Amino acid sequence: MAPKVNLDFILEMLDAASTVDGLREIVERVCESFGVDHAMYHWVDSAGDHYYFGTYKDEWVARYQEKSYVRVDPVIIGCYQRFHPVDWRRLDWSSKPAREFMQDARDHDVGNQGYSIPIRGPKGQFALFTVSNNCDDATWDNFIERHSRDLILMGHYLNRKVLEFEPDRGPGQVQPLSPREIDALTLLAMGYSRAQVAQTLSISEHTLRVYIESARFKLGAINTTHAIARALSLGLIII
Amino acid sequence: MLRYVYAHDLPRHPKLAQSMFQDRADQFKTRLGWDVDVDDAGEERDSYDALDPLYVIWENSNGTHGGSMRFLPSTGPIMVNDVFPQLTGNQPICSPLIWECTRFCLSRESSGNVAGALTLGGLEIMRNFNIAHFAGVFDRRMVRIYRSLGFSPEVVGTMGQGRDRICLGLWDYSLEAYQRVALRAGLTTELSTLWFDLSFGGIGMPGPVAMVG
Repeated sequence: MAPKVNLDFILEMLDAASTVDGLREIVERVCESFGVDHAMYHWVDSAGDHYYFGTYKDEWVARYQEKSYVRVDPVIIGCYQRFHPVDWRRLDWSSKPAREFMQDARDHDVGNQGYSIPIRGPKGQFALFTVSNNCDDATWDNFIERHSRDLILMGHYLNRKVLEFEPDRGPGQVQPLSPREIDALTLLAMGYSRAQVAQTLSISEHTLRVYIESARFKLGAINTTHAIARALSLGLIII
Repeated sequence: MLRYVYAHDLPRHPKLAQSMFQDRADQFKTRLGWDVDVDDAGEERDSYDALDPLYVIWENSNGTHGGSMRFLPSTGPIMVNDVFPQLTGNQPICSPLIWECTRFCLSRESSGNVAGALTLGGLEIMRNFNIAHFAGVFDRRMVRIYRSLGFSPEVVGTMGQGRDRICLGLWDYSLEAYQRVALRAGLTTELSTLWFDLSFGGIGMPGPVAMVG
């Protein structure tokens, strides 16, 4: 399940997306990138309307709606109103309806493993970004260990994009970087090592990591290199 | 034991919740003299409690509160961005991988290692949810206490003078910190993991994999 596609490419597609259909394609690519069977994005907007797109079979999506599985799905019940990432193995599958639902999901190739990121947006908006796969526990443990942070960021980036499509919102603007964040990215762009940047700014490498983390999220970037490239292309840093 | 409880689940633990908010009033208003709101029931709450935060709470054997702290992700409203913007140079902290920790509170009767257990609870969150950093605003006197607990923040901003001086600290997850804090708190990581799993469900417990086939 090693990533097959460069995540930078996904984020470039995300930048360029201007319609919900564009996002649909991105979710499919996310799935390939992370090497999982399925990825899906589900959100409830501030008006309470549900939207879904992802790679599950149409037949399963239709069945989910027909059976009103949203009422018994432990993933929905266990993620709603939360903000921590949820490994499906931690959910309560003990009730009979939950077990029947799980069997039905497996019969439709959803997979036996899943990882869901709940996202709380503004004004009651709620979203869920999920990847699922068919594999043993050890493989899944290893996958989560390696990719959890990337998945958390990916879910939030998708959600940020979706919020741009809400009627009363304009195109998203990158949040301004703080002077420290600009300094850190500028020095890194100039080829300084992390240790040299930290020394130059009179901060520890530990604090530097937080500045980079915060800048990375503001820039919608998956790693430091990508954050620097984006900051340069947006004219936020100049070298 | 440690419990991890979202605000919307507090009504299921009425005794624990009531004594937590009362202990907060005792610590922040009575002892520290902060300008906080205390209601007729003697409970201290602020607007962040209404945002459905996650609490880590030490529950005494009689079911009352022994200590607690509160977490919210920095992607939503948080105290350091709203109340103390000077501490970040007016540029908000914002990332799903950075959570803010506030209202670190100990009841008067608490024994020494409740603070250590709570700190371990924070690290358990970082470890299991892959949260890279915590941010928190605290009184300068806490610096020494955090050090003794084995989990020191880096102070990245300060404001005010003398007794009123407050700091913005950033904490960073590492496995070494997790093990060190457990050792100082006198708790095994196995017990800590068990408490975490009791609140969030355990991966080792019978789950989807064990139930089918």
